[in-house]
Amino acid sequence: MIEVSHLTKQFAGVKAVDDISFNVQPGEILGFLGPNGAGKTTTMRILACFMPPTTGQATVGGHDVVTRSLTVRRMLGYLPENVPLYPEMRVNEYLKFRAKLKRVPTSERAGRISQVLDQCGLNDVRSKIIGHLSKGYRQRVGLAEAIISNPKLLILDEPTIGLDPNQIRQVRALIKQLGQERTIILSTHILPEVEMICNRVIIINQGRIAAMDTIDGLARTAQSQAKINVEIRGPGAEIQRTFENIPGVKNVSREEKNKINMFLIETEDGRDIREAIYQSAVKNKWVLLEMKRTSATLEDLFVKVTARE
Amino acid sequence: MINIPNLTKRELLSYFFSPLAYVIMTVFLLVIGFFFYAALSESSNSQVMKEVLGLMAFITLIISPMITMRLVAEEKKSGTIEMLMTAPVTDFEVICSKFLAALVFYVFLILPTLAYVVLLLVWGNPDIGSLLTGYLGLILLAGVFLSIGLFVSTLSTNQIVAAVVTFVILILGWLLGYLSASFPSFLKEVAAYAGFIEHLFNFTKGLIDSRDIIYYLSLIVFFLFLSIRGLEIRRWK
Repeated sequence: MIEVSHLTKQFAGVKAVDDISFNVQPGEILGFLGPNGAGKTTTMRILACFMPPTTGQATVGGHDVVTRSLTVRRMLGYLPENVPLYPEMRVNEYLKFRAKLKRVPTSERAGRISQVLDQCGLNDVRSKIIGHLSKGYRQRVGLAEAIISNPKLLILDEPTIGLDPNQIRQVRALIKQLGQERTIILSTHILPEVEMICNRVIIINQGRIAAMDTIDGLARTAQSQAKINVEIRGPGAEIQRTFENIPGVKNVSREEKNKINMFLIETEDGRDIREAIYQSAVKNKWVLLEMKRTSATLEDLFVKVTARE
Repeated sequence: MINIPNLTKRELLSYFFSPLAYVIMTVFLLVIGFFFYAALSESSNSQVMKEVLGLMAFITLIISPMITMRLVAEEKKSGTIEMLMTAPVTDFEVICSKFLAALVFYVFLILPTLAYVVLLLVWGNPDIGSLLTGYLGLILLAGVFLSIGLFVSTLSTNQIVAAVVTFVILILGWLLGYLSASFPSFLKEVAAYAGFIEHLFNFTKGLIDSRDIIYYLSLIVFFLFLSIRGLEIRRWK
């Protein structure tokens, strides 16, 4: 559906997007993850044909976003960050305007409009002026507009930002439902959202792809970085030495508080060495107070990948 | 081309939703009304509309920047340009619609002045032909002003800046005709031809000269072309 190769976008000397390449298969829900200013919005703007890349190429459905821009634009629904709308228009007026612009056939127009009003829960506000709506409603008007022409591809830039928890749930459910028959790219910096909605994730940092994997793959990577917390009473230095000698241990850090040693143990590939720890504690008659294996979350992974440089 | 009616309609609607439109209309009609009264008491009645049209041209110069300043600058500021330009519309369609909306709004603005024409028809003896050509010239002149304003609006995100810059350009173009007398001889005719106002006088006299029409139309086309380029600037930034 989407092919991006060696895409670079330069703004006044700053590389907002730096040589990124990726593909999106039809029907996939791809999450763009990254800190603010990582290049998510720029990438999406290029894909939505708002601005051309400095170098590199991007195609949507086989059409180049620069040379076949109109064809690409006809295929997609785009929800920009901050959802810019005409504040003086009424909701249904706006949707009608956009439906015409996107060439929804006259005979289907009314039907499509009432369908998206339903889908996005906008029936109560259909004849209200957009400028008078709350942020949550405006976000949903933007979403309704994006799907009005039933596009094959949806590009959603931070679709849940500014919504209250209930609305976030609704919007996520809606996106998941829409994703059953469409390709969706969405950006976010809410990590659980990605885990909930997306099939695949690209983590972008400073304009480059820092990680790209399926949710399961990322979970496995995260799992491999599991750590073990141990609270133990006994001779700290000696215990540390013993732990460091357990096969598979990568790093042991120690903190002492009220004669209780607190260890944080990192192992290679997240190997579970709790048994070995227990055995050595019993053998040396140290008092094992607590032992806990914390699996790394997507969040830890995110922090790790984006903080590397 | 297919999107032009739809885009123009939206653009026009947003004119009539903004308070600025009503301020412009009120001021315009007040000034023109007063001037019509003044002209009526001084000139012979076949000359009245000629003078009123001349003043309308000047007021048009003042209000054109206010009509055009928001056209693109506002969309850039509020970000709606992103929605607009990612819809399947061409730059040409966008610019044409915005220009048409501004022009239709202008025509709407001068429509009430036809009341004076009616008054003259009832109680006086105006020259219908020169009135019609006068209005035609005025609308063409407004087209030039509005296309210049539209172009400037594509370059700025600040409406006030767009209005001021447009105003300065229009004043310079207006004065060019008057100042041409003091130019060196080889520039004199060029300056006189390039100024906005000379051409309008022919229209108000009842003359339709193809040179005047070509002058106005070519300026409009030129600035609409520049506006399309101006809209493209975001692409190579």
